[in-house]
Amino acid sequence: MSTTITIDGRQVEARIGDDLLSVCLSYGIDVPYFCWHGALGSTGACRQCAVRVYAGPDDTKGRIVMACMTSIAEGQRVAVADPEAANFRARVIEWLMTNHPHDCPTCEEAGSCHLQDMTIATGHHVRRYRFTKRTHRNQDLGPLVTHEMNRCIACYRCTRFYRDYAGGRDLDAFGAHNNVYFGRAEDGVLESPFAGNLAEVCPTGVFNDKGWSADYARKWDMRATPSICPHCAVGCNLLVDERDGRVRRAQNRYHGALNGYFLCDRGRYGPLHVVSPQRLAVPLLGGVAASEHDATAAAHAAIAAGAIGIGSPRASLESNYALQRLVGPERFFAGVSDAEVKLLRRMIAILRAGPAKIASLAEIEAADAVLVLGEDLTNAAPRMALALRQTARAAERELAAQKGVPHWLDQAVHTAGEGRRSPIVLATSAPDPLDDIATLSLRLDAEAIAAFGVAVAAAMRGNVAEGLAAEGQVKDIADVLASAKCPLIIAGASLGAAAIIEAAAAIAAALGSRARIALIAPEANSVGLALLGGDGIESAAALLESGQAMTAIVLENDLFERAPRAGVERLFAAAKTVVALDALNTEITARAAIALPVAAFSEAAGTFVNYEGRAQRFFAAVPPNPAMPSAWRRIAAFGAGDWHSLDALIEDIVAERRDLVGIATAAPNAGFVMSGGKVTRAPRPLSGRTADDRAGQFADAAPPQDPDSPLTFGIKGSRGTQVPPALITSYKMPGLHSANAVTRFAQEIGGPLRGGDPGTLLFEAGEGALPPAAASDPIGVDGLLLVPLHDAFSGWELSRASALLAARAPAPRLMLHPDDAATLGLAAGAAVLIDGRPCGTRLSLDAGLARGVVAVSVGTVVPRGALRRVTIEAAS
Amino acid sequence: MIGWLGALLRVGRKLAAKTETQLYPEEMPKLPPRSRGRIVLTRDPDGKERCVACSLCAAVCPVACIDLSKAVAEDGRWYPDHFRINFARCIFCGLCEDACPTSAIQLTPDFELGEWRRDALVYEKHDLLIAGEGKVRGYRYWSVAGKAIAGKDKGEADHESPPVDLKGLLP
Repeated sequence: MSTTITIDGRQVEARIGDDLLSVCLSYGIDVPYFCWHGALGSTGACRQCAVRVYAGPDDTKGRIVMACMTSIAEGQRVAVADPEAANFRARVIEWLMTNHPHDCPTCEEAGSCHLQDMTIATGHHVRRYRFTKRTHRNQDLGPLVTHEMNRCIACYRCTRFYRDYAGGRDLDAFGAHNNVYFGRAEDGVLESPFAGNLAEVCPTGVFNDKGWSADYARKWDMRATPSICPHCAVGCNLLVDERDGRVRRAQNRYHGALNGYFLCDRGRYGPLHVVSPQRLAVPLLGGVAASEHDATAAAHAAIAAGAIGIGSPRASLESNYALQRLVGPERFFAGVSDAEVKLLRRMIAILRAGPAKIASLAEIEAADAVLVLGEDLTNAAPRMALALRQTARAAERELAAQKGVPHWLDQAVHTAGEGRRSPIVLATSAPDPLDDIATLSLRLDAEAIAAFGVAVAAAMRGNVAEGLAAEGQVKDIADVLASAKCPLIIAGASLGAAAIIEAAAAIAAALGSRARIALIAPEANSVGLALLGGDGIESAAALLESGQAMTAIVLENDLFERAPRAGVERLFAAAKTVVALDALNTEITARAAIALPVAAFSEAAGTFVNYEGRAQRFFAAVPPNPAMPSAWRRIAAFGAGDWHSLDALIEDIVAERRDLVGIATAAPNAGFVMSGGKVTRAPRPLSGRTADDRAGQFADAAPPQDPDSPLTFGIKGSRGTQVPPALITSYKMPGLHSANAVTRFAQEIGGPLRGGDPGTLLFEAGEGALPPAAASDPIGVDGLLLVPLHDAFSGWELSRASALLAARAPAPRLMLHPDDAATLGLAAGAAVLIDGRPCGTRLSLDAGLARGVVAVSVGTVVPRGALRRVTIEAAS
Repeated sequence: MIGWLGALLRVGRKLAAKTETQLYPEEMPKLPPRSRGRIVLTRDPDGKERCVACSLCAAVCPVACIDLSKAVAEDGRWYPDHFRINFARCIFCGLCEDACPTSAIQLTPDFELGEWRRDALVYEKHDLLIAGEGKVRGYRYWSVAGKAIAGKDKGEADHESPPVDLKGLLP
């Protein structure tokens, strides 16, 4: 229920029961705070947000309260500017600062520090405290996060995020009163795959981004560009920071429906693959560096002889389309295995058909019963796993709400919720990091997961199946899902099993239109590529073998990663010439006759389509380098089209493909100008602009031009809250320099951005009927079912190219259930052969695995592929 | 007539007055130490670089002629990997000196910066770094900062208590 309250004489609308601080912040009324966070709620630890509240019109005295701990009540009057409250806040910050070290010049956080902002805002300019400061010893928290405990102000945001929000166990508060310490029990790597968020959550410089510190530039010296994470299908929004033409770090860019305030470590540190030594910097002819002229001339000649194009799920939709246009739709292939293409097409058909709605991450958090079929979310789509951890607490919040505890009082919700958990059922093959929040974890092989899903769907329709692995639970799960208000089914392509997708569709169909569904695609643009069309690598090899084309153009794709080796070798054998366009050195670029360097995601503009079908635009964070143009520019030069800018290319796509018309509205086009000029990437001070300027010898330092975006690299341009949400480059507001100022850009705390969340959904549920499933290929009964382990930090080629993630990557694994190993006569540590071929790791045993499966790291040990059985034997 | 003679008299008196013009460069002007000329980077009393590459001078520079980048030495100190000032752009306003939290960057009375080539006006770190402390004597940033460096552990800076023993049972 809504009411009108008065804040400093201003009448504002607010919901009764919300906390006063959130209401103030969402109306742009600055109340200093530290411990409150939009996603973590209130805890009342810092005593910084003191305001005077008058109970009603007759109350002349009022009382000082903490805004974050005060509920909105009818007819409330609030005085933020009250002198006594202001003095209270100034004294509190003076206390907080007594132990704060004289570190700002050598602190990474300085310049975008919430503590600096709040200290200045409250008017504490001079330290009066003349006694000794408390000091702490730091810990080594691994390769991703720095630790400097002296700077701590004990707001508890770190542990509230790490433990309560992200489910981590190894970071905690130690000690008492003035000595309280936030760290691990002993030095060591922070285990949570979301630890990098501590850098943004911490309002001072206790935790920071270690990668950024190693290649450091102040926040005010870096140009920031809105981008999309190229690492998984969730499509989290990023801000990519650049200085001197080099990407320095990636940070979270708020998106109400997707990533909200947080990223996973793969998304935060993975994008630094663009500065890895693995970059392809010069054209190669036969693996040897060649001149741009020779290499492009050779490529032209090879393509003129008749070429097929092989696209990529990590290249932009535009680059893939350009290639499709160059070679023609019947000669364009998707760059993944035939089986994966089929699976992705089916996933899109199911999503389109409905009746279940496609769940965004915000909707996943709103679900009240979840069934996960086959997906290891923490590795396949880590940000979705974080969302699911919030889903698990829904039951707790509901019980707390019944007892009158508001949702934002997080600690109290924990207590009042009595540890209740929303029903979350995981049916996976290997032990899952989400097991600790699941109400039921089933360990089944891929075929049994599919059968189990079908049985649940049947049970909802009243048919009870028999003879299943998890027979006892089927009826219960069906009842829980059927009685839920907002049930959610999550499945995906991780196991390569079409039957699991069909089972998910069957359950969703049985639940009807209140159900939500999320089907995880393997990569950032898998869905976009599948929408474009084109068969897989095996079909490409077959076409080359038939002699209809001589040349294969491989776009940003290490094929050995995405399809079984035999299929790719067939392709190499059949093609007379292979032309590779890539930003990274891969086995393909090394073996291709011609390899041409192209821009990475941070150096060009383009569109990715995420698992929901949301087209999202990313822009070049680094000034364009003519030696590494966008892949589509190279393809255009081969004769694909006459596109002078990305917008011209998008115009052609939209004209030809009505189903992709949404990509044009994913972000404003390059012609977009605001009254203050183009939106600028650069913060205003951006130092050193003229340090290299030798006027008279070189042209005056003119900002680099970027024809593909409505953003400018210069310091003159538009900034602030009026900027369209897809183009937000900074949350900086007068007096607010840290990412906490994002509250000014959202419609309400935790809600969508002003002007709507960026991106356009290319399809929605209920658009068409679902054709019957094609019969799946039989996989036989001999051997063990292969369970691909997609390790978040090493399972994909881009992750492995990031030096920061490589330092966190687990060793490649090959795991068996001890009983299966005993049957095969294998012991832990044994060297084994997979299908007769040696593999790069030794056997380990895990009793948590399902029976009859072998779990193997993909990317490092085996390539991705369809569900298959393999034989495991001891290497002699 | 009177006015005309008066003016002549006033001008004529100047013939005998002491001349203000100095014959530079034969006679070098004596500028006060606080006058703002060529910029230098100074060292602390131990001969260590004072600059910690905090970038405040670069941020405050109204003509953006200072460019630097941070690196970390083996002993844990921050220092500028490169430090560049373009004196062709510098307006000698002295804001960098005001902004510097470690008294590293200082303006000196040397104003003789004429060059034939603009290139020669782009000073790199080895052109800027001097051996002494400059105008500010005795200040060591690292002895008041909370970060530990080699030779100065946690709790050993000025006004610091020894590190908290988290395993201790005393309240």
